[in-house]
Amino acid sequence: MMNLELLATLSVTQSAILAAILVGLSCGLLGCYVVVRRVALVGDTLSHAVFPGVVAGFMWSEERNIYLIFLCAMLAGLLGVMMVRAVQATTRLKSDAALGVVLASFFGIGILWNSTNQQSGVKDFLFGDLAIISALDLQLMGWMTALVIFVVLLLMRPLQVISFDEGFAVGLGYPVKVLNFIFFALLTFTVVVALQAVGVVLVSAMLITPAATAYLLTDRMHRMMVYSAALGIFACVVGALLSSMVSAMPPGPVIALTATAGFSVVYFMAPRHGVVSKWMRSRQQTKKVSRENILKAIYKELETDGFQAHNVSIETLAVIRKVTMEDALQQAKSLVQAGQARWERDKAAIYLTPSGWRVAAMIVRNHRLWELYLTDLMNYESDHVHDDAEKIEHILGEDAVRRLERDLDFPEFDPHGMPIPSLKDFENSRLG
Amino acid sequence: MNLIELPWAYFGIGAVWLTLMAFLVALPCSQLGAYLVLRRMSLVGDAISHSVLPGIVIAFLFVGDLASPWLMLGAASTGLLVTLLIEQIHHRTRIKQDSAIGIAFTSLFALGVVMISLKLRGVHLDAECVLEGSLGDILNYNTVAVMGLDVPTPIVTMAAVCAITLLLIVVFYRVLTLSSFDPGLASSYGYRPVWVHYALMAFLSVVVVSAFQAVGAILVIALLVIPASTAYLCTHRLKWMLVLSGVHALLSSVAGMYLHVWINGNQAAATVVSGLVLFLLAWFFGPADGMATKFVNRRNKEFTEPFV
Repeated sequence: MMNLELLATLSVTQSAILAAILVGLSCGLLGCYVVVRRVALVGDTLSHAVFPGVVAGFMWSEERNIYLIFLCAMLAGLLGVMMVRAVQATTRLKSDAALGVVLASFFGIGILWNSTNQQSGVKDFLFGDLAIISALDLQLMGWMTALVIFVVLLLMRPLQVISFDEGFAVGLGYPVKVLNFIFFALLTFTVVVALQAVGVVLVSAMLITPAATAYLLTDRMHRMMVYSAALGIFACVVGALLSSMVSAMPPGPVIALTATAGFSVVYFMAPRHGVVSKWMRSRQQTKKVSRENILKAIYKELETDGFQAHNVSIETLAVIRKVTMEDALQQAKSLVQAGQARWERDKAAIYLTPSGWRVAAMIVRNHRLWELYLTDLMNYESDHVHDDAEKIEHILGEDAVRRLERDLDFPEFDPHGMPIPSLKDFENSRLG
Repeated sequence: MNLIELPWAYFGIGAVWLTLMAFLVALPCSQLGAYLVLRRMSLVGDAISHSVLPGIVIAFLFVGDLASPWLMLGAASTGLLVTLLIEQIHHRTRIKQDSAIGIAFTSLFALGVVMISLKLRGVHLDAECVLEGSLGDILNYNTVAVMGLDVPTPIVTMAAVCAITLLLIVVFYRVLTLSSFDPGLASSYGYRPVWVHYALMAFLSVVVVSAFQAVGAILVIALLVIPASTAYLCTHRLKWMLVLSGVHALLSSVAGMYLHVWINGNQAAATVVSGLVLFLLAWFFGPADGMATKFVNRRNKEFTEPFV
């Protein structure tokens, strides 16, 4: 892979795709740390701050010496990061202002310097074009990507610790300053490599978007890195191919838009953190809570005559729930659909199924148990506990209930003198 | 003496127009920038300055004129769009604000560049103009007679933008200040901090787009953040901060003009670099927060403390 002669035989498309893979991989990996450390815009600042370095590299080398350019760009980038840190450490300015000052002023220096002595190569470097990447560039990119992967694998653990909790890392005895330096040096490396592929503005897209997408897909760091690298490679390769189909279409923006498309899909559809799945979960929860409230009302109604009647008419339901007949019918229907009740007398009444009884008794038990807990153990007044119990009754889990029962010494009546249905009641009499 | 007169020798009366233009661009940016820095939203300014691009392109496709006021409208709407996108990503998922900014503005910027390369090849609205701007172009524009002087049109437009900005800041000073420092208190007085936020962002987009052609998307950030940061290091009072930001804008545009002719470089970048020099001076010697000041204060304290 690192053989220069071999690389030179690749066609333009082949080397563009190879470069795309390298950029996607290294940006995807480091992007994870960038996103979880909340330094996403440091990447943006870096990509602008390397500009004077790039100009210096072009000025000082007779023909385009790629090593010198990379070295100068690296130095400028690191200088930028140090200046951000120094401004933050010595003044009241917040990180956003420090980043903004460094980003814009370094870029201004670069433009000013470049404009005194126009170097055509600088522009290509800044806007990035996969189509003009030479075998030498490709080799350098290969080495840098290999270095990034090597360091990330080697320092996986310490880098992870400083990303989440720098103080803890100090406590563990990690050399935090050295690690931070290594991290920002690697980040600068990656930014310089990615510059050539996507250009100065869109390096941020490569660092942030795949990693943020992966962040919505998983809670584990190493999985996030795998997903992020895969997404980065996907965006780069697809973007490079798409842009090569349209003439004079720069690949950088297409790559960035591909990454954004991936992000949008995940933003809506991610299984746990996606907007749609969150909305559906909260809708289901709302429906569950409203069913539980209907069941509780039915339970209390049947309780008033000592469970003599076995069914509830829709009229009664409308009265106890304080709704119209149509709404009461709807509410009954929702119970029937969930298998918690069945129709009787041609939809004029419903009776609860065993599973409906279990839920009804459970909610009433949770409610009364919580009221008792508040009055007996927390010293609330008995007329202050109802509203609180209305909320908690839907949330209490079995473990919490066991614990409450034990602490309250297996009570039978709530503060208002109503019986608390116990486990035995579920299993025996009513449920048959 | 020769160096002092050099701009005049280069451009004649043009030197005055160029300096004035740089100042008129820098002044409204510096005033809005002061509020951005106070609200810790400097990088939202960065995001907006990149995101106005697709708005400009779409408006340009409809009207076909780079000087049309519709471009401002297009820019203001994409500027608002990016603020909304950032909030949607930030509030609805666990992605933090910095990543949300990064995702939103790179997407819109990329969209703008793609639209340019699909539809607008050959028009003077290329990626280079986006990054660098072309302040010198104003001398090629038509002139209008103002008080017996032939003033280039962009200067008149920019002066109007500048005047409106200053007027709005004076009128809404209290609301802006209150909602920047304490949104909770502002809403208890019956103001709407959220509306202030969106209005500020929309107006920022308008100012950014009018500065855009002169200095480019990235150097706009410098004009927004550097004057305000410099002033922030020199004073603890908001009124003085606004005044000093304006002074910074004036000094850096005059110094920028000289730097521009001395080394024959890009004028917008020269203005920014002069601004950077002023920032560095404030960083070291700023009366409120400069390193030298703090050092002296600390020493004085050490001297007096044993006797107190």
